[in-house]
Amino acid sequence: MRKLLILSTALTTVGFAASAEQVTVMSWGGAYGVSQVEAYNKPFTAATGIPSTMVDSDNPATPIKAMVEAGNVTIDVADVELSDAIRLCDEGMLEVIDHAALPDGADGTPALEDFVDGALMSECAVANIVWSTVFAYDTTKTSGVKSLADFYDLAKYPGKRGLRKGAKANLEMALMADGVPAAGVYDLLATEAGVARAFAKLDTIKSDVVWWEAGAQPPQLLADGEVVMTTAYNGRIFNAAVGEGKPFEIVWDGQIMDFDLFVIPKGTPNKDAAMKYVAFATGTQPLADQARYISYGPARKSSAPFVGKFKDDKTDMGPQMPTAAANLSNALANDFAFWADRDTELSERFNSWLLSN
Amino acid sequence: MALPIYADKLERAWHFTYKVICTAVFIFLIAPIIVVIPLSFNVEPYFTFTTKMLTLDPEGFSLRWYDNLLTLGITDVEGVRDSTWWADVWANASWVKAAKNSIIVGFFATILATTLGTIAALGLSRPEMPYRKLIMAILISPMIVPIIITATGLFFFYSATCVSPDSTIGSLLAPILSYRGCLANTYFGVILAHATLGIPFVIITVTATLVGFDQSLPRAAASLGATPRQTFFMVILPLILPGVVSGGLFAFVTSFDEVVAVLFIAGPEQQTIPRQMWNGIREAISPSILAVATILVIISIGLLTTVELLRRRTERLRGVTPS
Amino acid sequence: MTHADQPDQGQEPELLRTADGLLLQTALNRVSRRAKIKAFLLVLPLLAFILVSFVAPIGQMLLRSVNNDQFYSNMPELTLWFADKEFGVEPDEMAFTALAADLTFAAKERTAGSVGTRVNYDLPGSRSLFTSAARKAKGLNPPFKDAFIKINKDWVDPELWAAMHAASATYTSSFYLAAVDRKRDTDGSIIQVDENRRIYVQLFWRTLWLSGLIAVLCLLLGFPVAHLLATLPMRKASLLMILVLLPFWTSLLVRTTAWMVILQGQGVFNNILVSLGIVADDNRFELMYNQTGSIVAMTHILLPFMILPLYSVMRTIPPSYARAARSLGATSWTTFRRIYLPQTIPGIGAGGLLVFILAVGYYITPALVGGASGQLISNQIAFHMQDSLNWSMASALAAILLAAVLVLYWLYDRLIGIDNMKLG
Repeated sequence: MRKLLILSTALTTVGFAASAEQVTVMSWGGAYGVSQVEAYNKPFTAATGIPSTMVDSDNPATPIKAMVEAGNVTIDVADVELSDAIRLCDEGMLEVIDHAALPDGADGTPALEDFVDGALMSECAVANIVWSTVFAYDTTKTSGVKSLADFYDLAKYPGKRGLRKGAKANLEMALMADGVPAAGVYDLLATEAGVARAFAKLDTIKSDVVWWEAGAQPPQLLADGEVVMTTAYNGRIFNAAVGEGKPFEIVWDGQIMDFDLFVIPKGTPNKDAAMKYVAFATGTQPLADQARYISYGPARKSSAPFVGKFKDDKTDMGPQMPTAAANLSNALANDFAFWADRDTELSERFNSWLLSN
Repeated sequence: MALPIYADKLERAWHFTYKVICTAVFIFLIAPIIVVIPLSFNVEPYFTFTTKMLTLDPEGFSLRWYDNLLTLGITDVEGVRDSTWWADVWANASWVKAAKNSIIVGFFATILATTLGTIAALGLSRPEMPYRKLIMAILISPMIVPIIITATGLFFFYSATCVSPDSTIGSLLAPILSYRGCLANTYFGVILAHATLGIPFVIITVTATLVGFDQSLPRAAASLGATPRQTFFMVILPLILPGVVSGGLFAFVTSFDEVVAVLFIAGPEQQTIPRQMWNGIREAISPSILAVATILVIISIGLLTTVELLRRRTERLRGVTPS
Repeated sequence: MTHADQPDQGQEPELLRTADGLLLQTALNRVSRRAKIKAFLLVLPLLAFILVSFVAPIGQMLLRSVNNDQFYSNMPELTLWFADKEFGVEPDEMAFTALAADLTFAAKERTAGSVGTRVNYDLPGSRSLFTSAARKAKGLNPPFKDAFIKINKDWVDPELWAAMHAASATYTSSFYLAAVDRKRDTDGSIIQVDENRRIYVQLFWRTLWLSGLIAVLCLLLGFPVAHLLATLPMRKASLLMILVLLPFWTSLLVRTTAWMVILQGQGVFNNILVSLGIVADDNRFELMYNQTGSIVAMTHILLPFMILPLYSVMRTIPPSYARAARSLGATSWTTFRRIYLPQTIPGIGAGGLLVFILAVGYYITPALVGGASGQLISNQIAFHMQDSLNWSMASALAAILLAAVLVLYWLYDRLIGIDNMKLG
């Protein structure tokens, strides 16, 4: 006991005991994490005086469930995909957020009308960006890549491929590469035959795949020459290509669009501060500012007029967004209901597939 | 090993091959550690040797990744480097925070492991110790049991082991427990875990020192009127000190290098250097990792030197101790 | 009968007594008992610490591998219905009524996901049945059986009911069965899972095989080096020893990072080969994100654990034995095989077992450089802990791994003795 007391005194003196109100945000790290720190966290702390910390994760949805189930919540806000937000909300892992209390847009539009369709789909979440899974290639290693079918064409474009280690997006892209039109993907995937067909397509490149987990890995894999093509989050490739001058080219064919949303894990010790953070960060101006650092589209309509140039003050951000008309020719919107229901099953199946020879 | 003069041609050839093999293994052992050092001075943000580096062009080298260790996580990266800037670095820079955490956790875990471990080793070395083998096996087991199993067990245990913050004990322990009164995500929890992992090393090194220890010395001290306390501090401890210190160093390194338990039981407040490195290797693209690696290699050279000096001292002491 | 009971019979020599009249035997016993207690008291604090901070958590985790409450604590009515039924009984209307009541409650409490997840462990593909039915549960009307069939005809699948029956038990062996790629059939017999889901047995074998391979590689690389160090003059040996000890003291993550830098396609090793013209630029070796990566990096990291025990054994082998053998006419090969090698066996055993034990539990290095084919069982435990959140499965896999490691540990103790473990 005495030892405990000495320890406790020592630790308190060093000043590491839990302090007053603060916000810990868990997001996806890398260039995206940086954009959020610049556009949300720093102005938030400046405006409210509440300190904010950014924590990285491969996918913030996963630790949330572990934390809530273990009764051990250490983060206050998390940035997750729509299907995960709906699933976690269904499972009682998230606090409900009052959408009506979100601030009006800069042009005076009430929040409920200001957000784009689907952005407020879940009562536990508020969307901040529209992003997409695309694939990209290194222009110094190969050229003329046009479609998802090319991604799967090892004979014509030899070399390693990078894919995210997970079922989501890979199954859809496999079907599209196999000739299924974007509109029919989820109907087919709802059947056992469709899932089998997607895995069969993935089988054709399995031995040539380097699997990535964190969003920052694909540009690194391309830069290191470990792969010639890889799927990636579009903003990461943009930042490596435009921000760092890497010879990467995005192929928009078969892109899969999704929202990223802020959610608040149930049982966070800083619920009020977390609510304040979500309301602040999803305001018109922070969402527009965010697009200055990475090519993800703001989830508010009122932010659009404020989206200008990249932080280099040269590149127009508009055409870089997943929602730009030119990029939409064969685009797929992620079916959140499908994945909210089937993610667990398909992930398990994917894992078995990955480990079996 | 010199070759005997009667060696024939075949033996000479074999002896040469043997030396080549040994050299190759030594290169295999040491090259990876050496290779990261020049790469940490790379201008490019990727883990590869550039042509400029290979031609030793000064433009290919820079200290930017070392500088990055200071600026990652602070508010004003480009700011003037005055005292406020440095205060910001000290308080907010991710790597500086991680270093502080590593040192705090490592320090307390080492103290805990070394104290408990040394006392236990004294008991274990007594010939009268009952169930010696079994107890020794239990005490060494944290080193043998895969870390993932230990970390998994601790994750559940720490999440479930709570005292109500409103109770007397809870309020007393409030500074070292989480807001819910649990061990998870606390410095205290990480320290306990790291102490557990470091204990086998203390036990092994201290019992090894005690093997050559002359048990008649404490008896002589007692017969001359020394209290057990005096005997311990004035006779036993000075003799086994080198073993205790190297055990402590092992425990510290174990804590300083530990990432899996931290991944499972620590919160964002307790990010240590290895945890930050793990993030870096898997997530953010940054050769800052190599800069950290270089610093860590230098630290390990320092620790190794200390342990070697201590070992020699023990051997010298062993020489004068009757056995 | 002891001597103490009949001290006065005088048939035996007078028994020795201490000054205060106690039998010497008793007094000595007492002293030795007191010494035992004293020694034990010194060890007690640490033993208690380890039991609480290490043994108890692992024990608690093992309990989780047979007990998963996700189903039975969220589906009380159905659990009650299952309680007095034989395995494989066809569900009646009562059962479906209970199911409807439980799902309505689960929808309100938002636990349908947990329930579905639990059943999904035993019957892959069934989770969405629960989540979608829970959403509609409120609007269901009797007869419930028909109502459920209307939602999805899979609700009358006997396999589903067998899985729910199994999940309603407080203690279950299904996670251990799953950990060895087995499951219970609808009639309760144990069968193998579908071919494309058999992964764990293969993974356990891979872990053992790779660990064995790494131990052998460490022996092959470590033996000559240990021999050189043991036979060189002390001063030279200490210098070279630093080359072994420095990696030993260097952070595991630093060494793994270093291997990533070296092994990748555009890494140092391939670059050297390309610049020397040994391999073509577009035909570089794939050394990372596969088994090769795991093997090379782990061999490097574990090599000192082989060299150090080998060295300490070889150091004690007198060179005169070899010289005697040679003078008696043995060739150098015979001398090595018949005289030197047998004497190094304790070192080979100690180093080999230690490397094997440590390799079996490796996690960090395979996770970073192993790709899909270089993953070991520890990575799968981490996957179930952190990604799939199937904690019972993680615990079951951990229990099997733990059992294997403890057997090896016991073997180590029998053959070498834990006391003889040395560091540096």
